[in-house]
Amino acid sequence: MSLSADEVKKIAYLARLGIDEQDTDAYAKDLSNMLDLMTQMGDTFTDTVQPMAHPMDQMQRLRPDTVSEHNQRENFQSIAPQIEAGLYLVPKVID
Amino acid sequence: MEWETVIGLEIHAQMATKSKIFSAASTAYGAEPNTQACAVDLGFPGVLPVLNQEAVRMAVKFGMAIGAEIAPYSVFARKNYFYPDLPKGYQISQMELPIVGIGYLDIEVDGKTKRIGVTRAHLEEDAGKSLHEDFHGLTGIDLNRAGTPLLEIVSEPDMRSAKEAVAYMRKIHELVRYLDICDGNMQEGSFRCDANVSIRPKGQKKFGTRAELKNINSFKFVEKAINIEVERQMDLIESGGTVIQETRLYDADKNETRSMRSKEEANDYRYFPDPDLLPVEITDELRKQVKADLPELPTAKKLRFIEQYGQDGESATILTSSRQLADFYEAVIKESGCEAKLCTNWVTGNFLGAINKAGLDINDTPISHQRLAGLLKRIADNTISGKIAKQVFDVLWESDATADEIIEQQGLKQITDSGAIEAIIDKIIADNPKQVEQYLSGKDKVFGFFVGQAMKATQGKANPGEVNKMLKDKLK
Repeated sequence: MSLSADEVKKIAYLARLGIDEQDTDAYAKDLSNMLDLMTQMGDTFTDTVQPMAHPMDQMQRLRPDTVSEHNQRENFQSIAPQIEAGLYLVPKVID
Repeated sequence: MEWETVIGLEIHAQMATKSKIFSAASTAYGAEPNTQACAVDLGFPGVLPVLNQEAVRMAVKFGMAIGAEIAPYSVFARKNYFYPDLPKGYQISQMELPIVGIGYLDIEVDGKTKRIGVTRAHLEEDAGKSLHEDFHGLTGIDLNRAGTPLLEIVSEPDMRSAKEAVAYMRKIHELVRYLDICDGNMQEGSFRCDANVSIRPKGQKKFGTRAELKNINSFKFVEKAINIEVERQMDLIESGGTVIQETRLYDADKNETRSMRSKEEANDYRYFPDPDLLPVEITDELRKQVKADLPELPTAKKLRFIEQYGQDGESATILTSSRQLADFYEAVIKESGCEAKLCTNWVTGNFLGAINKAGLDINDTPISHQRLAGLLKRIADNTISGKIAKQVFDVLWESDATADEIIEQQGLKQITDSGAIEAIIDKIIADNPKQVEQYLSGKDKVFGFFVGQAMKATQGKANPGEVNKMLKDKLK
């Protein structure tokens, strides 16, 4: 499978990654190679194999429902670019 | 053309855990912004989610209550999207292998029972809140809600009218509160709903293109939003247009739905299993525990009330509408030892009337089940008449006194001394010869006048049964 430069730009946009125009072709080649490898792996017969959700053969440990985190807003917000009235301020996200 | 409406609902119920689904920050509503958002909720580098066992237990409980298959093995996935209400850049949700599989719920509409399929229910984290006003063109973000456990309950497209959709939503609402897994507070956003709505020509098998309605936060709005959307789709198709699959926002002020589609590219969530979380195993032991904890469910309770207490369907529906009310009712019966019928009449009548009039929740009732039972006992043993009881009830509502204290203080005891009643009746007959004549000449209605006079003369304290009997005897 071969990705076009436009498809690479679209993928970068979806992942919100800024890429240099000059690198687009190289990314297209690398990503296409990866997809080729996946296509090759896709040929393997796996119908009888249960999909793996995690490489570790263990089950999730659960946490008791207790509150042990306490307010550290001041700490967290000391590194925030902009705050007001306890809120984090970000560029407007909807019109 | 005749159209058929097809509706499926996605209900989001916040699980009533103390801490968040993947962090140990509090989920309490109404705190100062961002004071309950810890490093995990803020998506700081290096933090790891740890799953809350209570959230899992609650999801299993819901699954069992709708007769669903509980997955023995369940997986969390990342749903990727960029929006500042979830700083990680993804929401932890479930895609394949949700905790709760196919189940069902029976709803009742216009006296008919209909079975609505539940496709699945999965656990996920809630997002934070964005505030778009008053920040000099910026958006304010409060992440207290981020990470609150949500159970997303997805129905089959089995509903055929807005009415059915509301009935289904109410039923789920009733159920999650019965199970004590969600407080159901819609104003605070604990229980929310999106509706998938489409129409198709009647008789056609294939579904039409659906629109997803967001932001519906009350039962009233669900019905209105669906109806207005159905109208929009009919007008659109009948004037030659086509419905496009999109997300639409319901605006309650204008009673319209409008497209939320932006010029941006459609979202591609790129789901994949979350490498930070191992698969969850729902053990037989957990299942057994949850099953043992399962309360009597609304439908079973309703049938029992009809059978055990001889109620009609309507009373049983009212009394089982919440677990608290049903418990209150049964506590009144137990405490008073009175006939169920008397208790039913008083709880559904005066008591609920007063609760609704005051806009109170049953949990905030000013009359405890003990005090109401105290009143009913005095009706049952004929200490007071039903009419006087209403008077006593009003005082119970306003004060902390018991019914016995009120009856004693205000001298409301029924006159049981038949000699005293007889004297009063004799006097009424003597004072009203004209009415006596009318009655004897066949005007039965005048009988009510005599009863009224007797009750007035005794300030309502005479036993009405006795007064009736005595009057009948005397006026022969």
